[in-house]
Amino acid sequence: MKVENKSNQTNPFLPEPARIVRAYHLTQDVKFFQVRLVDMEKALSFRYRPGQFAMISVLGAGEAPFSISSTPSRPGLLEFCIRKVGTVTNALFRLKENSLIGLRGPYGNGFPIEAMEGKDVLIVVGGLGAAPLRSVLLYCLDNRDQFRRVIVLYGSKRPAEMIFREEYFDLKKRSDLECHLAVDADDTGTWTENIGVVTTLFPKVKEVDPANTYALVCGPPVMYKFVIKELIKLNIPKHQILMTLERRMKCGVGKCGHCAIDYIYTCLDGPVFTYWDVLHMRELI
Amino acid sequence: MRILKLKRQNLFPFLQAISNGAELWGPIKKDNQTIFNFVPTEEIAKLNLNFTRTLLPPKKLFVPPSFIMFQVTNKGYQEDYSWIKERVLFGLHPCDLHGLLNLDRIFAQNFPDSYYVQARQKTLLLGLSCWPDDYCLCQSTHTDIIEEGFDLFFTDLEDYYLVWIGSSKGDDLIRLKPEFFEEGLNEKDIESYIKWRERRAQAFKTKINFVFMPDLMELKYNSPLWEKAGAACLACGSCSMVCPTCNCYNVRDEISLGNKPGRRVREWDSCTLLEYSLVAGGENFREKKSSRLKLWYTHKLQAFGSKFGKPSCVGCGRCLVTCPVGINVKSISDSLEGQKVDAFWVRFSEEVRP
Repeated sequence: MKVENKSNQTNPFLPEPARIVRAYHLTQDVKFFQVRLVDMEKALSFRYRPGQFAMISVLGAGEAPFSISSTPSRPGLLEFCIRKVGTVTNALFRLKENSLIGLRGPYGNGFPIEAMEGKDVLIVVGGLGAAPLRSVLLYCLDNRDQFRRVIVLYGSKRPAEMIFREEYFDLKKRSDLECHLAVDADDTGTWTENIGVVTTLFPKVKEVDPANTYALVCGPPVMYKFVIKELIKLNIPKHQILMTLERRMKCGVGKCGHCAIDYIYTCLDGPVFTYWDVLHMRELI
Repeated sequence: MRILKLKRQNLFPFLQAISNGAELWGPIKKDNQTIFNFVPTEEIAKLNLNFTRTLLPPKKLFVPPSFIMFQVTNKGYQEDYSWIKERVLFGLHPCDLHGLLNLDRIFAQNFPDSYYVQARQKTLLLGLSCWPDDYCLCQSTHTDIIEEGFDLFFTDLEDYYLVWIGSSKGDDLIRLKPEFFEEGLNEKDIESYIKWRERRAQAFKTKINFVFMPDLMELKYNSPLWEKAGAACLACGSCSMVCPTCNCYNVRDEISLGNKPGRRVREWDSCTLLEYSLVAGGENFREKKSSRLKLWYTHKLQAFGSKFGKPSCVGCGRCLVTCPVGINVKSISDSLEGQKVDAFWVRFSEEVRP
């Protein structure tokens, strides 16, 4: 459509006022934020897919992208797990409950939930990768009958750095879910689970039906290479290995260019990519 | 498309009539360069009609180098469109019009950028034909002729202009001074236009093998030429500032001391700069200059976002006249093709720092 014929546009960059309704530390440098759009109508009609992200603004500090940790199957509140690493997150950590922030989104493609229905779901988490994968995990649990096996492998550096540690220990008790945890090193002396990197958990996963398994991976950049090797060993098809990636973003809507990888944009074409995309695009991981 | 004739001596009076009612911008000489600038009615004669390319492309009027998106108060973010003015921009060459059509594909589709769309809608575009110099590559990039995207286009046939009317608003401009324009071209007019196109087509001295570039970019992904160019690149970002299709920008919040509102500012950025892909926590996905240059040339020569189609280079030649070390679409394309290239960045890798 020609530019001159476009009708008056809404501003895609305008942050919507949102309230921090709950904020608490998950680890020393990771905080959990529950946020609700101030406008009740908008809060309830905010539709998203697991794996999508939102842009959060802190007045005067700036704006940055964050993956949504809550599940769309529990509408109303949005949840984020945020590590204090930069200007925006430092400002965010100073905000108390009932503070107002700006929020816009959801953006990105998210996980292909429809394609995953009726299949096994293997979730491989490293460290703060638990933030985006928590959305899809909770979604699977809320709709447990729509998926076959649900397997979670979660590795973190130390017990104190495992976010939602208690939630995962509770999940271990469930019979409809396989959950295996590991830490690189135990400095507490009380860790009862595996010690080692997340790939040491793979032998615990028995009788995988690779053609009918979707593997979802998120973690620090170094982790992907090793995890993907294990998934390929299990014969999981390349297009069913999904990973969600991090990039610098200033707009979230395919304008600012920062998240470009080759000739695709992480904000529009991602942040969820398949292993086939990785082989094809070269610069993804 | 309706095509009229305008006598050469009537061009300035026509533009003068326009400038009485709207803010006219056009090519003006400044030092040794030509720039797009505001032209007051009494200074119409200062318009430079014989320029090849302006220092900055016309994108500066639609996405200014730095502008305020929002005023930030304790009530939140208030949109600020105050910089957007009703304008008529005269003197756009085909490459620059193609450049704007390229930006339209990024900014005006898929979450349309309301700032860009408003600025585009409030600016009438008046194209002007041109003659190539040694750096023009638009014939190779197939952007030497423009068929859409302008309100009026003036083809200079010496004694008179052929005026192509591209839009309803362009037609309104004609109706400001209908007495200047002649309807109906005769056989001679058509013949002189065809001759002009033939002569112009032969005037191009510089070529690149543009259609091969997407393949060569893919095949030579690991070529040492990227390391060579990266070693010499100053990472100054000039290429992005002058490129009509570089769209990248940065956003930052500025706060004011006292009780004044803060601002969310949007400013030009370049993928050649170190911080371009830096994320909080210190991970830099494009730490090497070679990797950043490769991204720049992916955009220009290979593809333009999976959603936006073809490579974006419009052959304006600005990177050829701007890059201090000779990294430009010509020298990179020729190198990708395996030609021996005489550019500073090549000598730098072979003689200065072997």
